[in-house]
Parts: sequence; C-alpha cells; structure tokens
Amino acid sequence: MTQIRPSRSNASIRQATNHIVTAISILSTIVVLVPLIAILFYLIYKGASSLNLAFFTHTPKPVGESGGGMANSIVGSSLVLLVASLMGIPIGIAGGVYLSEYGSGTWMGAIIRFTADVLNGVPSIVMGIAGYALIVVHQHHFSALAGGVTLSIMMIPTVTRTTEEMLRTVPNSLREAAYGLGVPRWRTVLSISLRSAAPGIITGCMLAFARVAGETAPLLFTAFGSNFWPHSLNEPIAALPLQIFVYALSPYDEWHRLAWAGSLVLITLIMLSVGLVRYVTSRGQLKGGM
Amino acid sequence: MGVGIEVVDLNAWYGVTHTLKDITLNIPPNSATALIGPSGCGKSTFVRCLNRMHETNPAARATGTVKVGDRDIYRDASPVEIRRRIGMVFQRPNPFPTMSIYDNVASGLKLNGFRNRKVLDEVVERSLKQSALWEEVKDDLKKKSGASLSGGQQQRLCIARALAVDPEVLLMDEPASALDPVSTSKIEDLIFNLKNEYTIVIVTHNMQQAARVAENTGFFLMGQLVEFTSTNVIFTKPKDKRTEDYITGRFG
Repeated sequence: MTQIRPSRSNASIRQATNHIVTAISILSTIVVLVPLIAILFYLIYKGASSLNLAFFTHTPKPVGESGGGMANSIVGSSLVLLVASLMGIPIGIAGGVYLSEYGSGTWMGAIIRFTADVLNGVPSIVMGIAGYALIVVHQHHFSALAGGVTLSIMMIPTVTRTTEEMLRTVPNSLREAAYGLGVPRWRTVLSISLRSAAPGIITGCMLAFARVAGETAPLLFTAFGSNFWPHSLNEPIAALPLQIFVYALSPYDEWHRLAWAGSLVLITLIMLSVGLVRYVTSRGQLKGGM
Repeated sequence: MGVGIEVVDLNAWYGVTHTLKDITLNIPPNSATALIGPSGCGKSTFVRCLNRMHETNPAARATGTVKVGDRDIYRDASPVEIRRRIGMVFQRPNPFPTMSIYDNVASGLKLNGFRNRKVLDEVVERSLKQSALWEEVKDDLKKKSGASLSGGQQQRLCIARALAVDPEVLLMDEPASALDPVSTSKIEDLIFNLKNEYTIVIVTHNMQQAARVAENTGFFLMGQLVEFTSTNVIFTKPKDKRTEDYITGRFG
C-alpha cells in the first residue's frame, strides 16, 4: 500500500519547500519594487536641484532666457485629468454595473465586454489620432477638452472591467438580503453592490487615473501643449507629460534639467492624488467591516 | 399581526426542472409552520415563491395562486411591495458587511427612503429586543460592523433586520442550520415568542426542531407536498407511508 501518513523525512522536505517558496515571493516583491524606487531616486537626484518656487509659479521662458517654470503645465495637466476623470469614471462604473448586474449572460454584455478589452489594448498613439479625427478636426482647433475626452476614453475600459470584476465578488446573498427587505433593484445596486465593491472599484479608478496621467501620445494631437496660462478648456493647453517630452528632446541642458524636475513633479503628484483618495475613502470604516 | 397564507396549485420551475408540483395548502395566521423533507425536495423553492424571491433567478418561473392575507401576490402587487410585507431570513447569516449594527437593522427602512431619526432609533431598539440581541450589542450599535458579530448573533441581527420593516409574515429558510446548538436554541426560543405576532414559515432539516417550534408541519418529497397537518399528528400518526418512512429515519 502507498504510504499516506506523513513520515519524518517528508516533513523536512515540506518545510524546505515552504522556505524556498517564501524566499521566492519575497525576492519577487523586491524585484518589482527596486525599479520603482530606483526611478524615484534617480528623478530626485536629477530633478530636485531644479525645483524652486519659480518652477511652480512661472510659465516657461523662451529659448535663451534662463529660469521659468512649469506652473501652466501643472494646472493644465490637472484640468485635463479632471475632465478625463469626470467623464471616464462615471461612464466606466456605469458600464461595469451593466456588465455585472444587468447584462451578464446577454449578447449585449458579451459585445461590450469584448469591446472594452479591445479598447484596453489600443496603443495610446492611436487613441491620440482618434481624438484628433473625432474632436479636433470638427472643432478646427486643439483643446483641453479634446485631450480630456481622449484620456477619458482610455480610462473607461479599465474602470469598466475592474468594476465588473469587483461587483462579481459581492456575494449574491447580500443582494437577496436587500431584495428580501423590499428594496428595489436599482437601490440594491447602488447601496449594497456598489457600496460593498467600493474599495476595489476605487483601486481600479486610481489605476486608470495613474495610467493616463502620464500619457503623452494621446495629448500630442489633442491638447497640443502651450507655453501660457490656460484661460478656458476650449483652447490648446499645456500638460506635464507634453512639456517633459518637448524639453527632453531639446538640445539645451537647462531644459533637460527642467524635464527631469517635471518628471519628478508628475510622479509625485500622481502618488499624492492616489494617496489622498485612499486616505479619504478609508476614513469612517467600521470595526470588523469591509 | 400576522395574516394567513393560501396557496392553490403552485408550480415552479428552474429552467426545465419542475421543482414544485401542484402545491395546495393553507397556512394559518399567527402560528409557526414547519416544512420538512430531504435536500432538493422543493421546500426552499416553496418559501421563495411565497415572497416572489424565486423569480430573482432569471431561469426561474412559477404559476398558481398565492394569497397572503387577502392579496393575490402574483396578481395584485409588485414583488418589491410584497417583500416589504413578507420578511425573509436565510440559511447563512447575511448581514451587510459595510453597515454598522444599527444600519443593518434600519436598512430596510433607510433603503426605502425612510429618514426620521427618532422613529428609526425606536424601531432599531424594538427589533433588536424582539430578536434578543439588544443587550449584547447596545453599546456598539454604530461602532461595529454587522459582520463583526458571531454567527449566531449575525443570524439574530438578520431576524431583527427582517422584523424592523414590520412584516406580516416571516419566512425562514433553515435559519439555524449553520449555527451551533446554543445559538440554535436561542433562535428557536425566538420563533416561539415571535409566532404570537407573526405568521412564521420555517424550512428545516431538523425534525426535532419542527416538533419543538411548529403547530403545523408539511412534508415535501420530490417537489410534491406529501402531507400537511398538525405537527403532533404528522410525528405520531402520519397518514402517508412515505412520511412515516422519512420521520422514522428509513430514508433521507
């Protein structure tokens, strides 16, 4: 008969396996974290010295003049991302709600899910060209709005698919509990399903936000960039990634340094906004709850 | 006060599976009625038809007449309205994990747009006292999540939640099958007290439980109601051979 009961030697092999697997997972975590930390430190090393008050308060100076800053790009990026989030997050969440709560198992749902997955894989430069063809050509000018809308379309599939996946993790027994109390379906979706899935959905939104915050290609053909303060959403606007792109390609050392500083500011702003959202949404949690 | 339930020729399907066949019975008001039978006999489907929960499954279908009080629930009312008058307690405790104990109990009212704080406070206290949970949770009402309680406490919380909307009927689908014996006996005591004010229908695998709490008992087998009579009669002098075999433990 085959030996089923664990023997002593068997136990030591199991223990060794346990140690090896633990070591591999710790190592993998380090491998993932090292590039991130390395990039951050390199940016601080290269860019921090160029950061001063002027960087945050002034617009870029013309070639040949020293000084100047990226204030207009910081404001511009914020505006474009605001437009993108205001449009992309609600539409994305609504799409996810449809896929999970209403359209699961329907043809319509399958088509939307497939479309979202394809959209997720479209290269960002193609999104830029699409934004150009669909918005800029009709408006006859570049604009913050065109940039924001293009970025929002890039956010939608990520937000939709994470919302769907997170809603699917909500146990059906919770929906039934609400139905059993005579709560209408729409209210159950809002107050029970979405509320229970909120932490995961917020993570998905943050991922989508962080991803488009650093996008350059879609903005080249839509927001275009600018050296001046923005006056409205309906004109070309500066954005940090665009300004970094322009400065990094330039032949001037000072512009190179500003590009490094801009990169540092961009990555810091992304981290700050993600951290802020996490902090705000994690407050008021109950003991032993979700 | 509770109301009676009159079921005539109820049939139910899941897809092509015919799970309930021509069920006809009268459940008297202000009493506990137990439904027993082996797994898959249709007793859960039956109670889910009594508050139109059955139809939340897209593949499910039901025909026949179910009158709760004087209303035909499949013809005179919307499912949402019906479920407000017929409370339900499920097999596994399912408190809302994102809500405090207080909000769990108040959820049926709050989610239907009821906002009066004073009334809500009263309802929460009354419901928790009815479900014998008040003393254990009164200090943590708004601090702790419903999910932080023990399994037995969670089930009593779910009963309080169902009672808070002031239903006429309370449906319980194996409410104690996931609980330990101490919690089970608490739930049974509760049913014993509640049946003076509500009509209670309880599905159970546990025949002793049926004998302890219910005035009437129905025996389901393969989608049919084999026998429905007073609990005393069914356990001592069952008319049908199949009932007798099941009760004496010859199968199931």
